[in-house]
Amino acid sequence: MDIIKEISKNLESGNTGEVVKLTEKAISDHIDVKIILNEGLIGGMSIVGERFKNHEIFLPDVLLAAKAMNAAMDILKPLLIKGDVPGLGKVVIGTVQGDLHDIGKNLVAILLKGAGFEVIDLGKDVAPEKFLDVAESENAEVVGMSALLTTTMPVMKTVIERAKARGFFGKKKFIIGGAPLSADYAREIGADAYCYDGMNAVDTVKQLLKVG
Amino acid sequence: MRKIFNIPVNKVIPGINTIIRAQGIPAGINPDERTLKLAQEAISIFTKLAKPTGIIMELSKEDFNEIYPGEGQNASSTPVEQIYKKSNDLALYAVTIEEEICEKISDQFSIGEYALGLMLDTVASEGTELTAQALEEIYKEHLININRFNGDYGILRFSPGYCGWHISGQKKLFKSLHPEDIGIELNSSFLMQPLKSISGIIISGKKEIFKFDDSFPFCADCATHSCMERIEKIQKQ
Repeated sequence: MDIIKEISKNLESGNTGEVVKLTEKAISDHIDVKIILNEGLIGGMSIVGERFKNHEIFLPDVLLAAKAMNAAMDILKPLLIKGDVPGLGKVVIGTVQGDLHDIGKNLVAILLKGAGFEVIDLGKDVAPEKFLDVAESENAEVVGMSALLTTTMPVMKTVIERAKARGFFGKKKFIIGGAPLSADYAREIGADAYCYDGMNAVDTVKQLLKVG
Repeated sequence: MRKIFNIPVNKVIPGINTIIRAQGIPAGINPDERTLKLAQEAISIFTKLAKPTGIIMELSKEDFNEIYPGEGQNASSTPVEQIYKKSNDLALYAVTIEEEICEKISDQFSIGEYALGLMLDTVASEGTELTAQALEEIYKEHLININRFNGDYGILRFSPGYCGWHISGQKKLFKSLHPEDIGIELNSSFLMQPLKSISGIIISGKKEIFKFDDSFPFCADCATHSCMERIEKIQKQ
């Protein structure tokens, strides 16, 4: 089995130690970092995603695979930057102001990273301007907002209104997620999409950015 | 009665099946050894760090008449309103398992132990629910001891944010109960901290007062309709 396939297989099984070792070996064997990333890591996570959708594996398996992916990415990232290898896209994500629930947001961030996106996680209780400031300074293509309370979901509308006022609404994509939200609410506030779970968020971002 | 209870952690440890199902693994599918190990580890951390605590305060219907309308944002008709007006006894309550476990959950995500973090979050949420259940049991025992509860009676909990009782109802509930005494604070979004906390009203009365259909307008947005199971359980008791 070639080393790229081994990386992919071990990633599917969530064997972090092996994935890290094999990634280091692939680098020392002078395998193109783009091949390690796209065919080994992202390829492996795509299989994980498909198996999850088919109910062959479950969330803990996906998260163990994501842990392996992120550990390997820590090794690859400096080489990707050095080689000027473009990523799939950049996503700024956070739980909106007044809300402290971050498990769902964390899962979305982990799965987006696993799919090959660069994710800037602003954490929880994030002020509207912070979403926009960071999206602008980091040149992110997507802003992801999470809320779990009916009292905090209106903050999402504020973010979009301020994006319009700052002139970059339409230039960046806005996605929302969280228990009290819906596709209707996304339409109502002008968001580009509502994501019902982490895997759906990955598919949605891929569709919005026409990648993957 | 207004009293604080420290509930032994071993009384509020969720069952392994509940934890496994909450990970999206359906009944009938046996989780692999690795998943079971993660669940056991999460239970072990929970047992070490959780400090289940509750506060309960009896109040009259007249007192609750002042609290229930909250900030005027409740649905026009709710099961809570229908039931409490026909009840025999009422008690405000709040429970928490305290902050340390919440910090531990965040730590797991920070260090890349996502699967354990999610598993621990599930154990903590279920453990908080079991703490509320334990407090409800304590209140029921109290009512039995003072001859205000027997086989014809039922008991049910409701919380602001559910079943048409708007989450802003927390404000007046907190003003009356003072869950700050067990370390629960309320923020401007009416969110409790520590996050793993529950508050609400415990309603006791004749079994028949708890019968209602899940056909209120807000029921359409409810993902669980768990009220139906809870009502059925009361009728069978």
